Order: sequence, then structure tokens, then C-alpha cells
Amino acid sequence: MSLGIGDVLVQLLNGLSYSSFLFLVAAGLSVIFGVTRIINLAHGSFYMLGAYLAVSLTTLFPPTVIGFWGGIVCAALVIGLVGVLVETLVLRRIYEAPELVQLLATFGILLVIQNVTLKIWGTEELFAPRAPGLTGSLRLFGRSFPEYHLVLILMGPVVLGLLWLLSYRTRWGVLIRAATQDRDMVGALGVNDRVLFQVVFFLGTMLAAFAGALRIPVDTINLQMDLSVLTETFVVVVVGGMGSVLGAYLAALLIGLLHAFGIMIFPKITLVLMSLVMAVVLVFRPYGLLGKPEGAARKGILAIELPIKPGSLSFNVFWLGVLVVLLVAPMVVGSYLQTVLIEILILALYAASLHFVLGIGGLPSLGHAAYFGLGAYAVALATSLLGVPTLTSLTIAAFAAVVAAAIFGWFCIRLSGIYLAMLTLAFAQIMWSIALQWVDLTGGDNGILGLYRSPAFASITAYYYLVLSICFIAVLIMRHLVFAPFGYALRAARDSVLRTEALGIDVRLHRWIALIISGGFGGLAGGLQALQKGGAFPDGLSVSQSIDALVVILIGGVQTLVGPIVGAAAYFGVKTEIMRYLGDSWQLVLGLTIILLVVLFPQGIAGFVKQRAAR
Amino acid sequence: MNLRARLLMFIAASSAMATVAVPSQAADEKPILIGEINSYAALPQFTTPYRMGWELAVEEANASRGPNDRPIEVTSRDDSGKPDETILIANEMLNDQHIEVLTGGFLSNIGLAMSDFALRSKIVFVAAEPLTDKLIWEKGNRYTFRVVPSTYMQVKMVVDQAAKLPARRWATIADNYELGQVGVAQFKEQLKAQRPDVEFVGEQWPALGKLEAGSTVEALAAVKPDAIFNMLFGAELNRFVREGNQRDLFTGRDVVSLQTGYPEYLDAMKAETPKGWIVTGYPWEQIHTPEQDAFVAAYRKKYNDYPRYGSVVGYTTMKATIEAIRKAGSTDPEKLISTLRGMEVTSPFGPIMFRPQDQQSTLGLYVGKLDMKDGRGFMTDWKYASGKDLQPSDDFVKARRPAEASK
Repeated sequence: MSLGIGDVLVQLLNGLSYSSFLFLVAAGLSVIFGVTRIINLAHGSFYMLGAYLAVSLTTLFPPTVIGFWGGIVCAALVIGLVGVLVETLVLRRIYEAPELVQLLATFGILLVIQNVTLKIWGTEELFAPRAPGLTGSLRLFGRSFPEYHLVLILMGPVVLGLLWLLSYRTRWGVLIRAATQDRDMVGALGVNDRVLFQVVFFLGTMLAAFAGALRIPVDTINLQMDLSVLTETFVVVVVGGMGSVLGAYLAALLIGLLHAFGIMIFPKITLVLMSLVMAVVLVFRPYGLLGKPEGAARKGILAIELPIKPGSLSFNVFWLGVLVVLLVAPMVVGSYLQTVLIEILILALYAASLHFVLGIGGLPSLGHAAYFGLGAYAVALATSLLGVPTLTSLTIAAFAAVVAAAIFGWFCIRLSGIYLAMLTLAFAQIMWSIALQWVDLTGGDNGILGLYRSPAFASITAYYYLVLSICFIAVLIMRHLVFAPFGYALRAARDSVLRTEALGIDVRLHRWIALIISGGFGGLAGGLQALQKGGAFPDGLSVSQSIDALVVILIGGVQTLVGPIVGAAAYFGVKTEIMRYLGDSWQLVLGLTIILLVVLFPQGIAGFVKQRAAR
Repeated sequence: MNLRARLLMFIAASSAMATVAVPSQAADEKPILIGEINSYAALPQFTTPYRMGWELAVEEANASRGPNDRPIEVTSRDDSGKPDETILIANEMLNDQHIEVLTGGFLSNIGLAMSDFALRSKIVFVAAEPLTDKLIWEKGNRYTFRVVPSTYMQVKMVVDQAAKLPARRWATIADNYELGQVGVAQFKEQLKAQRPDVEFVGEQWPALGKLEAGSTVEALAAVKPDAIFNMLFGAELNRFVREGNQRDLFTGRDVVSLQTGYPEYLDAMKAETPKGWIVTGYPWEQIHTPEQDAFVAAYRKKYNDYPRYGSVVGYTTMKATIEAIRKAGSTDPEKLISTLRGMEVTSPFGPIMFRPQDQQSTLGLYVGKLDMKDGRGFMTDWKYASGKDLQPSDDFVKARRPAEASK
């Protein structure tokens, strides 16, 4: 393809316009994270709300220049207040909770907002008229270029400048910067951090809503826009450095331009490109382009007060009883309940494998789906291409996941906290985009269908026993490791890296091995799932698959080894029942349930029981 | 009414409608349970009218049932837009709720997963909207029937007109997933067969739902095509059209675009509607056949709204499914399969038939050009392309469809 200079210049402008948009959304997220340390998954939801409200307001106001911009600004301000409301009602109650619990709460908020938006504005997608006064196009380099995009291009630097003025020329800015560096110290100096947090939340959500409102003349407004903007925003914030507004702008420029030119050269692999950039940046600059290493962690990623001890006699008897019940279950219950039990067991194994690095190792992985999905695809490819029997294919799945975990883990162990979470997420996103876009191998969106198990495991009952025994053995192995010297070293490193290293323990090596073990079991779970469903799909590698495991662990409780198992049963049960009986409202109810659980039982179900028992 | 009260009302209302129960005439009669799964949350613009369509069909069927017909009940669920979730739900419907027939589907990848499930579980699946050719050919199986015109048929509807255009340099744009990949490949093949002199100079493949319209439009313009073949739909289509309008992508270029004339997509475009595009669609307000008039009247009476294309698909799918069950006098899969093969049913577009060769229905679509008046788009110069006239030769089908699928 021969590109004229005009093509390149116009594409440059397109890239700048897209960058501005990315920056506006990302800046809000970055500011909120910088001060509150909350990874706000609901950020995209405020962006969506801003867009919806702007459409309503601009149609309500007269179709003049003032009416249009008035509508945009009002929408941003109103949604900013909604942000404050959410902060006050939900997030304020959990600032002391572990960070992953907060993340889960924002996930609940995301679900609720999505459903509320559906109820208010309905399902029809909205398409606002062009912006008054900016409906035309300019001739640039022999091309037509929409005037409105020029406004968008300018908006990025303008907002960046305003944020800079706010940060460096006002008292609030000083406080916000101070809180970004050390929140406890700011509190100790007598600053009312409640008000500070509210202001920050207002600012952040307002920016998101403003970005959404600005999109209405170029974009259709629909219920999927919250999630579709979220991943890109996270990439920008992480690449730029969490909490750095200027970094977010640079990252937005990088991603925006890469996207604009990538489309011309590699139109089929746009998704892979973006995740690849994120991974490369994080490998060479672990804290993003302009980010700084995390300040003193307040409480570690997971507040764990009670150390894990081997269970008491009655505890062991209880779980032995559970095992016996599971063993005789197929004689009592029908095939449907057996498949439910299979699903729960697989989910429990998957969550337990994450718990091993997260709860025991203290490594917050946000990309555990990478191993789960890889295991599923390994089984699918081995079965469909090589025709290997079930047990061999499962071995291959575990092995493939172990290899992947060894590679990814080698990069990950140098990081901790939120940056580690983001790098794991980047790796999972790379795997996901490969699965989606390498159509010849993976079938793209279709996945790989038509898998059958070996005759010995073809019946549901036979497969149930296979899954049960594999899960049982895997959980026992992990339990054994937790109470072995290896596990003690891992737990020591989780609680204090410095002291552990002073004892002569190689923290990185231990963590690396933990990641590999966890990846292997995750892959095994994915393989079992593929054989259960009869296919492997890209969703197995997606962010929501990773979040599922987190939700399970947090519902069950991080501080206990049985947490993932209890959580799997509870989560699967609640989710399927809610979806079954509530039709359209399942997101609302699931979201509210998660929020309530998080606010009332931040330690999870099993953790709650354990705490009660300890009293 | 404040938000909270509205919310509470909605919660109450929606929990009441999880299954569409029917007032039973005889309490001792066990209703026939049909399972229906579709992308309600992910693609509401299509699936909401679709649901209204099939609910109408169920209501009519129960009102008109004879003394020997069991009442019909439908259990309907959202697939979350994910194939694996869909399989989980289908499994629950089959083994726990004991559905007797499966229907639904919108996205092609989910349709394929449901069809695989149907084969595995030996249950008849009447696919509503998944368009991919694989569903009836390469991955076809005995249990899967499809209502809407396949990608092959849709391409064939427009390709004759595309071949008549003077354009020689073509560019394509489609989402990088099953439907887009199959559609573009079909279009290239069929157009090349008629016009060996055309060349395809550029392709754009945005990831599904991730179109960045400005850059994509520019990348298409950079290859300087004479004409463009488009398969974007829904939200992405609108974005693409507005950017294209503002950047003069469509001036002096012909555009052939599948599905763009569906009211659910066309009505949202309003003043942006691009004139002169060759599209497939459903100009409901201009069609006056007895079947169409009856359908529109019944639909208006029940919903006080006009039908979209999704309504037709939902209505026809459910109607065909129920008629097959009643004709077979049973829900035994084998009996249903032999009844459905070659069965005729009256759709809002007139009589259609399920072809025995590949279990595809002969439902057609309307082909025409887009025009705009008073800020509203509509179709002009349209004609009905009947599915009967759009089929490939039987040998063509045989070469693609697995032998055991036609047993």
C-alpha cells in the first residue's frame, strides 16, 4: 500500500483525537487511584452515564452552541455528584479493607450502574445529532476532516493544563499530591481526608463523564460502552504510571497513535498490539512511563490477621464428611446436579490455584485466566488435532500452563502490588487477543468446538469422579505445600519481604515456583472445563474469567484454605439462581449482593465462620 | 416517580416474567416447554423486538390450539454474549427444566456452540438469527435448522447489483469474527465469479465492538477504492457512517451493505442515512401483503409499536417450532427432524419452507437502496428476494455438508 503524505498527516490527527479521548477517561481513573488507591472498575460506568445523560440533556436544551455545551458540562457535573454519592455510600466503608476487596466492590457498582442505566434509558442505542456549530468538515491535505475532531484534539492538552494548574497552583492540588504520596501522613497533619476523597472522586468521575459526554456526536451510546472503554483506559493508566496524569497523557498519545497507524498496516491484530505495548512497557519500566514505586503499603495487599493453621479435629471430620457426601452424591442426584457439582469443583480448583499465589504468596494476580484459558485451548488443540485421550490431554494442559507461568512469572516476580496485578492482566490480555485474532489456529470467536472425552469418561458420572479425584488431589497437594517449609517461606515473604530476605530466603525464587505451581493447577482446571463444555472459547482467557476467580476467593474468604471451595459453591449457586429467576435484573441483584457482602463481610464466608468460631 | 420506586417496580416486574407462563385451559395438561436463549443484554436493539415477536407467536399458538395440542410454554434466558455460558444454560434447561426443543441465537459463534450442544444432546435446535454458513454446511448437523437467510444467501441478494456497478477497485470492512470473515469471503468469491476484472484493494477488520471509526475510515480512504462492501451493523455501523459522511468517504463511491436496512439499525441513523447504498433490510411500512398486514396489525395490537426485523425473526422462529411440534404430534427429536425437513410455514414475508438438503429455511429479505427524507432513512427501489431463488446447487451443498448431517 502506498501512503501519501496526506494520508499520514490525517491519520496523525485521527490518532491525536483518539489519544485525547483516552486521556480524558484515563486521567480521572489515575487521579482517583493516586489518592484512594482504589482500582475503580466502575470508572467506565461513569463514562457511560455521562454519555447517556448528555444525550438527554442536549435534546432537552435548545439545539444551539450554548445548549449543546451547556448539556455536556451539566452532564459531567451531575455524574460527578453521583460519583460522590457512590463514594459516600459504598467506598467510604471499605477504605480499610484489602485492596482486592475494594476492587470487588467497584465491580458490584459496575453491575448495578449497568442495570440502572438499562432501566432508565432502555435498550435502544442512542445517536445524538452532530454538535451545533461544528457540523462541517475542513479540507486538510486534500481530505475532509470533521471540525469536531479538532475540538477533541485540543481538549486533551486543555484538560491536562487545567489539571496541572489545579495540582500545582491551588491548595487542593497540594493536598491531592500529598495524599498521593502518603495518605496517612496527610491525615496525621490534620487534613480532613473524608472531604479530600470526596473532592477527588468528584473530579475523577466528572472527567470520565465529561469524556463520555464529548463522545456523543461521534459515537453511538449503548450499554456496552462501559466495559469496552474500561480495558483501554486501564492500559493507558498502567502504561503511563498509576497516579501520574502527565504519564497518562503520554501513554494515551502512544496508544492512540499506535492504534491509528496500526490499523493501516495490521488491521487484523489491533488488539494484540495494544496488550503487547502494555507488556513491553511494564517489563522495561515496571512502574509505567512516569510512575513511581508504590509508597509504603498501608496494609499489604491482603490484610491477614489470623495465620493459617492446620484445622482442628472437628474441622477435619467435617470436610471428610463433605468428601463422603460428594463420593456418594451421584448415586442420589440426577445428571443435572452432577454437572452442577462438576462446574463447582472445577471453579473451586481454579480459585484454589489462584488462592495459592494470592492468599499464601500475597501476589495479586489479575490475569489468572491466562492459565485457565491456556489449559482449555491446550486440551482442545491436543484432542482435535492430535486425537490424544482425555488423561493425556489434561497432562498436556497442565504442562502448557506450567511453561506459560514460568515465562510470565519470570517477569512478574520483580513487581509487587498493583503493578504486578497489571502485568499479569497484560499477559492474560495478550493471550486473549491471540485467541481472538489468530483465527486459523484458535477459531477466533467461535473457539474450538466438538470435543469429546475418551469413552471411559464419556458418561457424566464417570467424568464427575475424574474431576472429583483430580480436584481432591490437587487441593491436598496445595494444602501440603502451605504447611511445608516452602509454604512458610512464602507466607513469610508475603508478610514482610525485608525480614524474609534477611533470613536468607530467596523470595523471588519462592514466588516464581509458587506462580508456576498455581499456573499448572489453573491450567488443569481449564482443561477439565473444556472437556466438560465440549469446547474452548476466548472467554476462558478474558478479564471476567480472572475476576470470577477473585470473586470466588473473596466471597469464600482469603484467610482460609477452604475459602475457595466454599466461595465456589456460593458464587456458582447464587449466580445461576439469580440469572435463572431474575431475567433482566440479574446484574442489579448480583451487583447489590456483591456490594452488601463486601461491606458486611469483608472477610468472606469461610473467614466469617472462622472468626466467629475463634471467639 | 422517583428512581428508587421505579427500580423496585422493575425488580418486581422482571422477577415475575422470567418464564412466560400461559393461562392453562386444562390444569392437568403438562405444557410443552421450549428453551430459548439469546443475547438480550449484549444486543438489545435486535433482541428486544425479537423477544416481542416470539411472545406474540406463543400467544397466538396457545389461543388457537386444538383439543389435542398441549399448551406451549417458553423458558427464556440471556446468554451473556458468551458461548461457554450458553452451553451451561442450555445444559441446565435440558437436564433440569426438561425442555423439549431449543431455539434462539444471534451471534454466529454462539449459534455454532448451541448447534454443537444440540448434536451432543440429541435435541432439535431451531436457530433464529446466527448467519454463518457453517451452521448448515461445514458444521451442519441433523438437529440444527435455521430460519434467517444465510450469509451466502444475503450476499447473493446483493451481488448481482454489485456486479452491475462500474466499480473495479473494492474495499471491504467487517468485524473480525465468524460472520464478518464468512461474509467477506463469500462476497469476494461470488463477485469474482461474475466480474473477474474486479480487485480487492483493502480490508479493514475491527475487533467486534471495538471500531475506532475515524482512523478506520481514513485507512479505507487511503486505498482509494471505487466501492466498499460493508458488514458492520448496530452501534458500529452508525459510527462508521457518521465519520464516513464527515470525511467524504462515500462521495463518488458505491457502497453495498448487508443488514443496514433493518429498522432497528436504520432508524437510529436518522439524518446520517447515506443515500444510494445497496442494502438488505425490511421496509415494513411500505410492504402490503396479506401476511405482512396481518402481522403488523397483530403486533401493533399487542405492543402499540411497529415491528422490527427482529420481531419477524422471533415470530417466525417460534411459529415454525410450534407448528413442527403440532404437526409431528410429538417432541421426539427423530419425528421432529423428519417433520421439519420440507415443512412449510407462513411467515410475515409469505410462505417459507425448510429445505431438506441443508435444513435452511427459504425465508428471504428485502433488497433495495437507501434514501432519506425529513431526517429519516427508508428503503426505496426495493424488492423481495425470496430464499427459494438464492440457493446454491445441491452438489455445492453436498460437498460442504457432512454426510451424517443429512441422514
